[in-house]
Amino acid sequence: MSEASDKKSASGGEALAPETLQAAVTAAEQAFAAAADLDELASVKPAHLGDQAPVPQAKRALGSLPKEQKADAGKRVNEARQAVQTAYEERLAVLKAERDEKVLAEEAVDVTLPWDRVPRGARHPVTTIAERIADVFVGMGYEIAEGPELEAEWFNFDALNFGKDHPARQLADTFHAGAEDSNLVLRTHTSPVQARTLLHRDVPVYIVCPGRTFRTDELDATHTPVFHQVEGLAVDKGLTMANLRGTLDAFAKAIFGEESGTRFRPHFFPFTEPSAEVDVWFPEKKGGAGWVEWGGCGMVNPNVLRACGVDPEVYSGFAFGMGLERTLMFRNGIPDMRDMVEGDVRFTAPFGTET
Amino acid sequence: MRVPVSWLTEHLELDDEVTSDSLVEAFVNLGVEVESVEQVGNVAGPLVVGRVAEVEELTEFKKPIRYCRVEIGEADSDEIDDAADVASDRTAADRTAVDTAAADTAGDVAAEPADGGAGEDTVDGGLPKPRTNGIVCGARNFAEGDLVVVALPGATLPGDFTIAERETYGRISQGMICSAKELGIGEDHSGILVLPPGTASPGDDAREILDLDDTVLELTPTPDRGYALSVRGLARELSCALDVPFGDPAKLDVPEPEGEAWPVRVEDPDGCPRFVLRRVTGLDAGAPTPWWIRRRLLLAGMRPISLAVDVTNYVMLELGHPLHAFDTGSIKGDLVVRRAEEGEKLTTLDDADRALDPDDVVIADDTGVVSLAGTMGGATTEIGTESTDVLLEAAHWDPASISRTARRHRLFSEAAKRFERFTDPQLCEAAVERAAKLLRQHGDGSIQPGRSVVGEVEPSPAVTMPINLPDRVAGVRYERGVTVGRLTQIGCKVAVDTADDGTTLVHAVPPSWRSDLTQPADLVEEVLRLEGYDSIPSELPPAPAGRGLTGAQQRERAVSRALAEAGYVEALPFPFVSASVWDDFALPADDARRRTVEVRNPLEADKNRLTTTLLPGLLDMVQRNISRGTRDVSLFHIGQVVLGGEEQAAAPDPGVDGRPADDELAALEAAVPDQPRHVAVVLAGQRLRDGWWGKGEPANWADAIQAARLVAAAAKTELDVEAADALPWHPGRCARLIADGETVGHAGELHPKVLEALELPKRTVAMELNLDGLPLREVRPAPSISAFPPVLLDVALVVDAEVPSAQVAAALRAGGGELLEDVALFDLYTGEQVGEGHRSLAYKLRFRASDRTLTAEEATEARDAAVAAVTERFGATLRG
Repeated sequence: MSEASDKKSASGGEALAPETLQAAVTAAEQAFAAAADLDELASVKPAHLGDQAPVPQAKRALGSLPKEQKADAGKRVNEARQAVQTAYEERLAVLKAERDEKVLAEEAVDVTLPWDRVPRGARHPVTTIAERIADVFVGMGYEIAEGPELEAEWFNFDALNFGKDHPARQLADTFHAGAEDSNLVLRTHTSPVQARTLLHRDVPVYIVCPGRTFRTDELDATHTPVFHQVEGLAVDKGLTMANLRGTLDAFAKAIFGEESGTRFRPHFFPFTEPSAEVDVWFPEKKGGAGWVEWGGCGMVNPNVLRACGVDPEVYSGFAFGMGLERTLMFRNGIPDMRDMVEGDVRFTAPFGTET
Repeated sequence: MRVPVSWLTEHLELDDEVTSDSLVEAFVNLGVEVESVEQVGNVAGPLVVGRVAEVEELTEFKKPIRYCRVEIGEADSDEIDDAADVASDRTAADRTAVDTAAADTAGDVAAEPADGGAGEDTVDGGLPKPRTNGIVCGARNFAEGDLVVVALPGATLPGDFTIAERETYGRISQGMICSAKELGIGEDHSGILVLPPGTASPGDDAREILDLDDTVLELTPTPDRGYALSVRGLARELSCALDVPFGDPAKLDVPEPEGEAWPVRVEDPDGCPRFVLRRVTGLDAGAPTPWWIRRRLLLAGMRPISLAVDVTNYVMLELGHPLHAFDTGSIKGDLVVRRAEEGEKLTTLDDADRALDPDDVVIADDTGVVSLAGTMGGATTEIGTESTDVLLEAAHWDPASISRTARRHRLFSEAAKRFERFTDPQLCEAAVERAAKLLRQHGDGSIQPGRSVVGEVEPSPAVTMPINLPDRVAGVRYERGVTVGRLTQIGCKVAVDTADDGTTLVHAVPPSWRSDLTQPADLVEEVLRLEGYDSIPSELPPAPAGRGLTGAQQRERAVSRALAEAGYVEALPFPFVSASVWDDFALPADDARRRTVEVRNPLEADKNRLTTTLLPGLLDMVQRNISRGTRDVSLFHIGQVVLGGEEQAAAPDPGVDGRPADDELAALEAAVPDQPRHVAVVLAGQRLRDGWWGKGEPANWADAIQAARLVAAAAKTELDVEAADALPWHPGRCARLIADGETVGHAGELHPKVLEALELPKRTVAMELNLDGLPLREVRPAPSISAFPPVLLDVALVVDAEVPSAQVAAALRAGGGELLEDVALFDLYTGEQVGEGHRSLAYKLRFRASDRTLTAEEATEARDAAVAAVTERFGATLRG
């Protein structure tokens, strides 16, 4: 012990020598640099920064120096101490970064693994396109009207100017339900909703009626006895066929893109006069852009307005209707009507929640 | 109707040749649908007229075959040499030269008896010898001396069918004798085409003789335009579209009659407002129909039969007025037009025995009914091969009556098709006259001076409208004179005057063939249509102020999206079910769901009920998915159901002259059964799927109930749930769904017996609730949330195993008071430690005050109060 303290006091000047301090710094730098990981760094740290390390020892030796040498030696010791500390911290930062990187690398996973533990469901494209169309018309100020699927014949036919002997009323075309004399049918279009609306609301009326409709067609690739329509009705003062065309053009552009538009061909419907079939310009048509048959339209027949209590001398109106399944068939390239009615989840699931 | 372009343009004064493309465009713009455009007789190579010189019957084959020597011109004809050259170089296709098609139908030959009258064309001995080809033929409707059409080797017939010389049935066949269909002239394939004697000479170019350079349009006018089911009507439409003069084929001299053609009584003037007869006698029963008539009939898709029948069909196509020809000799006594009597029968021309309905209008003689008026004639008075005395009938029938008769007897004849749409009542005399003249001209008949005419049809009244109404409806300013001009063009008699208020009015008397022009809107359509819909501009009307979606509509969308995002796939099953499904559901006899409305004309006889629940349709679809290999299925459906209820009053008929009275409207609406909107889900297989992450989890009762809660949450409300025993659910795994105290539906696992009956997987679960039964909340109030720290305390309560957890939680909430912010069940335990018949429910309770930091003492006090409430209600004990 005394030997050691002797040695210490004896070596006080030596320990503070610039070359000694420089050697200690160099030794520390080398030792830190040689540390391969944080553990090694920790194990070499006491030898260079611990109490017994050369530089702290040199610092303690400062006390025994003559006053005039203290400032100079103190400065040297401080510099050496800072150099060792810096070397340590730099190495520590490098090794920590290396360790972090390694940990992250080790934690890497196969991100391509599937994780569909509860696969997402889907809404039927008929539903979503009906909503899309409804939104387009809501944007034009229309409201959405709905009504019963099993309907009084009067609303489905009489009010819409179908004569008593009109073939569409026959059992061959229309589902009749209830007792023989019940006068109930499964609605063949959503037009009865229009009649009900006109009977209950004051004009002007601007409505669209999406809904399920029924006709006695056997199910095949292009027909289904249960299908969906969207019909529209506007009754106001001074409405013209040009307004009808403007409305359908806006509708077409919203559903089929800015390039789209409509073409009218004269046709016959009991509930409109003049009447037209509507073709839509479909830019994505198979085999090149072209016209596709889309639906029917016309100016509301004055007889319909009269039956619904609207004065045709004062008000005029237009109406239109499209089949949703048919629209989807060409818009989304659905090859077979049955895909839309059979409920096979492989068909519906890919549509997600919006079309 | 199918009509050749050459026939249509015959009645138009066209300066220039019009292409069939421009006619098609004109028809489309007129509103006449063009179903098809077909080039007639697309034949290349040698097609000649031949005369059958000799027929050798080959009997050694399965079917009778003929080997014919057919004269095809003179021996030194260049044309024939050319043909022979083509044949000999054998470059032609390898198709058989046998008339295969005709052979198929050799048993069903057209009645075209050979008259053996080839004499006039017999070649003199002094002239060059005729050149003959040997041809094998399977048809039998011809005889030696008949003129036929021969496709020589090298000819190509429609369908790219090239004829080559070929050995068949042990003979060399040097060409083919053609049927009308093989030449692309109509559909007649019942035998080969036999030309009337004298039509041409052997070796003549058949293309020219047959007039093959033509186009046939198949046109479908709209059902309100009966007049357009004729060349007369279609040509008139074209004259409007092309603005060229029109020559009316119905304008012909109709002489003043002398007396009656036959005694007639019309006893049902409503069913038959007009009845006209004309008689032609001394007809040559064997006279052939001239080729030009037969050609037009063939191109129209009809089969030539005999002169009298062909002429009536021809006049129908030309003028649009169906005619009926009686064999006068077969009529016994007066003709009477009346409704059929109960029990009367008629054998119609198609050999069908028909029981007549008292609503059918018929023509009868002393023997009974001889014709189903306007629809089809009877067999007893049919024109036969021996008929020389013909009574031509043209009548105006009530369209609705014809329509009912045609549908009742499923007899959609060409005549019925026209009568049910309306025929021109003023055309009857001209139509019989036209037919009579054709019979005189081509059948050597003599037109008798008498004509029977019973009944008159009043012309349609004038329709009056402001002259600018078309402009106002279209939103277009038409040039002056357009309205008057267009109405005149369609045949109206038009006058213009000024009303007292200064409005210029146009009065239009519709022509006799236009029963569809009854109101101003009808006239407006004519002007707009003929001016072209293309000229109507596109102008959005000013937008009204809409109110957006209703609360119920928003709710339905929210529910639909929520279910889809939760893994359910929407399906849209049909509403048709079989009554037996309720037995599969094991529903009691008096269950309300059994009270279904019946569909009287179902597509599937068994599925004749409108469903009262969405489950049968969804379960069908689960089954379909499973059968197609998808075993894990989660489906949902939002849709109306039809509740049958008690006896429903019949819907009244308030008429259409004006708005129904309020009580009539109420009665109408009350007659329609209640049809609430339901939402349902079904799940089979796994809800959480198996995967590399480990085992999945099968869908269970809780998923079904959670679906109901999800629906309620999306609908901005909550459901209460309690145990229920309701079929088709499992009695121990069924929840009643309650909203505002009302039962709105059920959820849980389906009853094992029901699943067995429906052949569905075990443990299939389902939920259905009445969406319309949920309270509609427009605005949800905001919660108040506290920023002070919570105190969390756990409690485990041992209660009787029968006590529902929801009630324990409710008691905790009630007892915990305002400070109890949340109650969460985190453990369920049954076993020895809690004793038989008991279970332990462990809850995390979260306490918090709105205005201060809660002390432990306060929280403990509240916790004790919560526990005390459960103890009081259910005798719960705290688990140590």
